[in-house]
Amino acid sequence: MDLAEGDFMDFIELDDVEKVFDVRRKTGRLRRGKHQVRAVDGISFRVARGEMVGYIGPNGAGKSTTIKMLTGILTPSGGRLRVAGIDPSRERTRLAKRIGVVFGQRTTLWWDLPLKDSYRLVHRMYRIPDKRFRENLDRCVELLDLAELLEVPVRQLSLGQRMRGDIAAALLHDPEVLYLDEPTIGLDVISKAKVRDFLRDLNTERATTVLLTTHDLTDIEQLCKRVMVIDHGRLMYDGALAGLHEVGESERTLVVDLECELPPIVLDSARTVKVEGPRQWLAFPASQSAAPLVAALADAYPLVDLSVREPDIEAVIAKMYAERPGM
Amino acid sequence: MRLYAVVAAGGFRRYATYRMATAAGVFTNTVFGFIMAYTYTALWDERPQLGGYDLSQALTYVWLGQALLMTCAMMGGGFEDELMERIRTGDIAIDLYRPADLQMWWLSGDLGRAAFHLMGRGIVPMALGALAFDLALPSSPLTWLAFLVSVALGVVVSFAVRFLVALSAFWLMDGAGVMQICWLAGLFFSGMLLPLNLFPGTLGEVARALPWSSLLQVPADVFLGKRTGWGLVQAYAFQGGWALALLAAGRALQTAATRRVVVQGG
Repeated sequence: MDLAEGDFMDFIELDDVEKVFDVRRKTGRLRRGKHQVRAVDGISFRVARGEMVGYIGPNGAGKSTTIKMLTGILTPSGGRLRVAGIDPSRERTRLAKRIGVVFGQRTTLWWDLPLKDSYRLVHRMYRIPDKRFRENLDRCVELLDLAELLEVPVRQLSLGQRMRGDIAAALLHDPEVLYLDEPTIGLDVISKAKVRDFLRDLNTERATTVLLTTHDLTDIEQLCKRVMVIDHGRLMYDGALAGLHEVGESERTLVVDLECELPPIVLDSARTVKVEGPRQWLAFPASQSAAPLVAALADAYPLVDLSVREPDIEAVIAKMYAERPGM
Repeated sequence: MRLYAVVAAGGFRRYATYRMATAAGVFTNTVFGFIMAYTYTALWDERPQLGGYDLSQALTYVWLGQALLMTCAMMGGGFEDELMERIRTGDIAIDLYRPADLQMWWLSGDLGRAAFHLMGRGIVPMALGALAFDLALPSSPLTWLAFLVSVALGVVVSFAVRFLVALSAFWLMDGAGVMQICWLAGLFFSGMLLPLNLFPGTLGEVARALPWSSLLQVPADVFLGKRTGWGLVQAYAFQGGWALALLAAGRALQTAATRRVVVQGG
């Protein structure tokens, strides 16, 4: 039985997947040259059932193209791709019943009609048994706070409300895997927190596999143990979030307030990166303890106050992109 | 099939949501109905029995045109703008990963819309026209039924044409030009301006053979009792034939489009 097999095997498998687009471009007054864009350039990874993985990269890195290939909307130009043992582009409809997709910038909901009408549509589209549909809907309504929105036309919902509505719509048919393409884009802090809480519960309670692309690294920090970084269609990092710091040689920052304005502090174990009046910023490797540094400082300088800032993943990743050779 | 029933019901209700728009539309249809009715009266006074219609039949034709203008979307105004926009912005991606057929999906929605427009935009202008003028309304319920079948076939033909136009956006990116040609063709070749029976010679024959005559000319002739018995079967065969041919063309184009699809935007 391939279902039992699928339970233990890697749920999403990519082997050397490529996607090449032909782009026509004007090269002369009338001539048009064809040139190729390698949106995804030989990516391989595995995602196990129940994993929650962050998939990040700058604009145009190939994230959405990957997701579109995983849903079967786009056919890979090369390589092998399987989701739950199915080749997505060949059996798109069969796969569709097992996956859920949320595109943060697009909506699957019926614009002019009340939210609940869209859910009725999902009910029929995925042929969800009535009982299960009701249970799932009740659960989503409760956890995503939708009770008061069901009768409201989608066009009147705020962005955060609409996003929660979209997430519910993607989950009513109990998908085994959920692709989220920037699910928190444009949301305020409270809405973001709600969405993240819900996703975390979903992953722990139902063991739904989640692949999350985002520009908001807080999403990743709070949700994903594993992160994949993609740039120019290639996988640059695949591993634990913490490991990113080592790869990116990240640094912690010590912010020091002195009694008076002084020339930049000189110490062996740290370098001074910024001076602003009596306040100075010192960078030191993230792997190193701050204690000896603070002791050394206190001996040599008149300290008023100090604080340690953890490295910013955003900065780490920006550094990774910048260091990529041959760009 | 239940899915498409829900889509059709949604298509009906999304238009039903906008009550003011419907009221304004009814007003417009009625005003234009009056203008055209007086124009036709002048014309038929000069030339009685023009195109084989007497004055009362000609006036009925005018009000049928107003009642079916939106139902058969002779000048557009259905799903096609939305579908084009979805192709242009890349929202079509969402429609493509759903376990539903694109053409059936939009056809169901458009049938729902047409049902609403027949009731919301059709009945009131027709009733007002019947109050103000002496119209040739069918006495037999069977004729009414035959007419409704013909209208339904007309809606499918209209859908099939607009689906082709909308899908052109996959290649053209901006389908506004094609859309305008389609509106003009629909306006003239449906018989909205003047019944196609009036046009002599080759022009008339060509106009009557084109798919657009399914939208108004054929249903109106069924309504006026010009198509009965074998003639009715021929009318249905004409409409059904165009519907099938155009739907098949739309399906072929859809397959080609999804194969070469370049989903726009991120």
